[in-house]
Amino acid sequence: MRLSGLQKDVLALYRQCIRECRKKPEASRKHFQAFARTEFEKNIKVDKRDFSAIEFLLRKGRRQLDVYASPGVKDIK
Amino acid sequence: MAALRSSTARLLGAASRPVLRAPAAPAAVRGMAQVTDGQQQNLAASADQAKLKTFQIYRWNPDTPTEKPRMQSYTLDLNKTGPMVLDALIRIKNEIDPTLTFRRSCREGICGSCAMNINGTNTLACLCRIPAEDNAEMKVYPLPHTYVVKDLVPDLTQFYKQYKSIKPYLQRDTPAEDGKEYRQSKADRKKLDGLYECILCACCSTSCPSYWWNSEEYLGPAILLQSYRWLVDSRDEKTAQRKDALNNSMSLYRCHTILNCTRTCPKGLNPGLAIAEIKRDMAFSG
Repeated sequence: MRLSGLQKDVLALYRQCIRECRKKPEASRKHFQAFARTEFEKNIKVDKRDFSAIEFLLRKGRRQLDVYASPGVKDIK
Repeated sequence: MAALRSSTARLLGAASRPVLRAPAAPAAVRGMAQVTDGQQQNLAASADQAKLKTFQIYRWNPDTPTEKPRMQSYTLDLNKTGPMVLDALIRIKNEIDPTLTFRRSCREGICGSCAMNINGTNTLACLCRIPAEDNAEMKVYPLPHTYVVKDLVPDLTQFYKQYKSIKPYLQRDTPAEDGKEYRQSKADRKKLDGLYECILCACCSTSCPSYWWNSEEYLGPAILLQSYRWLVDSRDEKTAQRKDALNNSMSLYRCHTILNCTRTCPKGLNPGLAIAEIKRDMAFSG
């Protein structure tokens, strides 16, 4: 399947999230992965042509990633 | 206030004798002193001629990102509202729609929180009068070309990041001669007038077309005004480094003297002139 630029951005963000999970302590890694997954699934219904919404969610996701990627965050529920 | 109260008492006395007055109720109202009196008078005045004004306000909620932004109308009676747009917004939030979101703080044009686009002009809502003569609708939008956080709240992260990048603080290596303050002559201090008053409300930057298209790299009028404020400060010793940082095609030279910044500045400053002075200094200092 040919992906649009925006779709690639979303996938890249998801990959980035999963990568950041690996830097977390092993005990809580699963929690972070599950959290990232649910955050993406929350908006799975957004229409793929609704660019402004997707762009906003991307920005929001990047901000969230910045916060949760900081080494001070050890676990997430 | 005392005179006002006595006159209403006299009026009441004249209009209705104590016997005729509806029992208990007015007496109970009087217990709450002049506030209610004032309200009653206001009500009476507004019944005569309500000065209605409609405000169309940009609404967008981040919790439902798939919904498109929309304009919502609110109608207020200007007799009961303060003179400024911010007063109207606060009244809408208090009395009509508590979900309306905007930044505000000082309500006197010193904090720069309530910067927004009112009737097509970037300005501070607390310094913008509601035109009372015409009853045309007022349109209120967030600052143009900014990401919206919610309703009238713009995301100024990029703006603050750029401000941080110009190192807006005094940089010097040599201590003061007498070990006290860093002294400055009156003439040197005078150079800072018209620069230090900037409150970083971002009205000018977001009105600049050049900044709209290059906000990633071009610093924008507000930040360049602050740059110049530190460049001309006689106490600062890193002037050369500061100039070096600006010496590229994007940071400074995207200014094409459109002068929207000067026209829109709610504090009456002149960022356009400041940028021109930086350009001149860069050109002649070699």
